[in-house]
Amino acid sequence: MHIQVRNLDKHFGSFHAVKDVSFDIEKGHLIGLLGPSGGGKTSILRMLAGLESPDSGEIAFHGQVVNDIPPQERGIGFVFQNYALFKHMTVFDNIAFGLKVKKAPKSKIKERVMELVELTGLKGFEKRYPHQLSGGQRQRVAFARALAPEPQLLLLDEPFAAIDAKIRQELRSWLRELIERVGITSIFVTHDQDEAIEVADEIMIINQGRVEQKGTPWDIYKEPKTPFVATFIGESTMVEEASVLKGFDGAGSRGQARALIRPEYIELGHEQDFPILSATEEGIVRHLHFRGSEWLVEVEVKGRKLVTYRSLEKDTLQPGQEIRVLIHRAYLFNEEDSWIEENRLKVDPMPVMI
Amino acid sequence: MRRLWIGLTYAVFLILLIAPLSKIITSAFSGGLAGLGRALGRPEAMHALMMTGAIVVIVTLLNTLFGIMMALYLVRATWLGGKIKSLLNSIVDLPYAVSPVIGGLMIVLLLGPDSIIGGFLEGTGFRVVYAFPGMIIATLFVTFPLMVREVMPVLQEIGNDQEQAASTLGAYSWLTFRKVTWPMIRWAVVYGMVLTIARSLGEFGAVLVVSGNIMNRTQTATTLVYQDVENFNVAAASGVALVLAVFSAGLLLIMEWIKKRKEVH
Ligand SMILES: Nc1ncnc2c1ncn2[C@@H]1O[C@H](COP(=O)(O)OP(=O)(O)OP(=O)(O)O)[C@@H](O)[C@H]1O
Ligand SMILES: [Mg+2]
Repeated sequence: MHIQVRNLDKHFGSFHAVKDVSFDIEKGHLIGLLGPSGGGKTSILRMLAGLESPDSGEIAFHGQVVNDIPPQERGIGFVFQNYALFKHMTVFDNIAFGLKVKKAPKSKIKERVMELVELTGLKGFEKRYPHQLSGGQRQRVAFARALAPEPQLLLLDEPFAAIDAKIRQELRSWLRELIERVGITSIFVTHDQDEAIEVADEIMIINQGRVEQKGTPWDIYKEPKTPFVATFIGESTMVEEASVLKGFDGAGSRGQARALIRPEYIELGHEQDFPILSATEEGIVRHLHFRGSEWLVEVEVKGRKLVTYRSLEKDTLQPGQEIRVLIHRAYLFNEEDSWIEENRLKVDPMPVMI
Repeated sequence: MRRLWIGLTYAVFLILLIAPLSKIITSAFSGGLAGLGRALGRPEAMHALMMTGAIVVIVTLLNTLFGIMMALYLVRATWLGGKIKSLLNSIVDLPYAVSPVIGGLMIVLLLGPDSIIGGFLEGTGFRVVYAFPGMIIATLFVTFPLMVREVMPVLQEIGNDQEQAASTLGAYSWLTFRKVTWPMIRWAVVYGMVLTIARSLGEFGAVLVVSGNIMNRTQTATTLVYQDVENFNVAAASGVALVLAVFSAGLLLIMEWIKKRKEVH
């Protein structure tokens, strides 16, 4: 189902929870909503499902506005954060609920439920009640129940929040696969970056009721549109005045700017390692942390602490050691604007043109 | 010291509960089984017991229906403003705070023959006060909080997640209530019904004021007991009281059984 959301607004009392949110989702895509707690992710999902009505703005499925259509008629599967399974019904009855409501014939219901039981790996558990299941099994029941009436859109509110790390990992690749197989448009909320990056076709970063950015995980990582996104996704260190860094002194041309530097933007080496030494800073290694497959190095440059990774293959550094630091690029921003700037000195200042 | 307290507790228990109960039993059987039969066979006793039975049945049905609805509205309705809800919520407890006699008096003042509404109804030939409908209203008044207060906490505790899940699966409100909400509140409802039955069986003050206690017309079992005692007919009073006590004891047993069921669920 193709989904269009235009200028969605929602207040709870005087609190402005969702602010002018617009986005499009293509049919069959899996979208991750990511953002800090209280940002408005659940509110957006609930408005899509019709459980909450927006103050203004439009929601359209297949180009048809659904604002006035009740949740019962929207053809949406919703997996709640706490699963909200029907406590007094067996697994079978839980999954069958949506089909029974639609008055599907008994044989059809049985067939579909058994198909889903099989698909979700719940075979043998049909007669159990929710309180007799593990967290992961409940999650699957919730998932099967939402899928049973063949919805066009699947909404998942932190589907793995209550599950421990290892099973979570399994479940999310299982989910990814299943959604691909069923070919259903899906939106899921998560607090976990890795989860969003791993599972989603596209990510939407939601903060303080706004969509900060929407794009593929790679795009968002590579080109964050706002400082918030830049700090929220991936690791980085912040330098208050970008212009003190070599190669970024031109940053001042657009006014005072702050710099965000990711570990992979930084290269460490000895003097002979860099063809253009003037582009590098002098630094002192402060700390080394072993990270399993690489070193995390904290290095001090002009009194500021920068963080980078270093391959185990290269010679091991010592704390206190002097070292050259090349900052390849930085994510710069000020009040008005944000942009990515390459180190100006890295390129030969007098290239030979023939 | 501890022995003393335990002894005291038993003594209080004995004096307050067991002694009166055994006194009622011996007194009811003071004329033998035949005496008890005679006391209960009096036309006014038969009528009073029938009256109490009718009140119990009707009040329990009405209170169950309206109590569940009220609880649902107070907990779930989003269209009721927060202020209105908290106002309604405190009004529900009014019968706990107001003496039943005063509750009865309010009904007389509001619906009695001298009031505007009562006068109008009287004109159409429908009597409320000093008649059966008034007794129903009075008993409803005193029993109203019982059902609401049993069901509300359960509704609050289960939250509306499951109901919302049902709605995204296509179920409208009536179906959702029947299939999702009802199975979770039913033991609370049954418990509320038992409380309502017990209370309406024993209600005295409000009914006395509203009914006028007219023999063979508006007399209930409890008001008959009162009248028998006034007339120094203690054996007859005990007979009727014994019937009420037997029912109460039965209800008590049912309550215990339900409590266990509620815990299981
Ligand atoms: N029914 C409500 N009444 C009042 N405020 C609400 C209500 N629902 C949500 N809010 C507020 O709206 C804001 C957004 O809530 P929402 O649940 O959408 O956040 P979220 O992004 O899902 O957060 P989390 O990641 O913690 O689940 C929060 O500040 C919350 O307090
Ligand atoms: Mg949420």
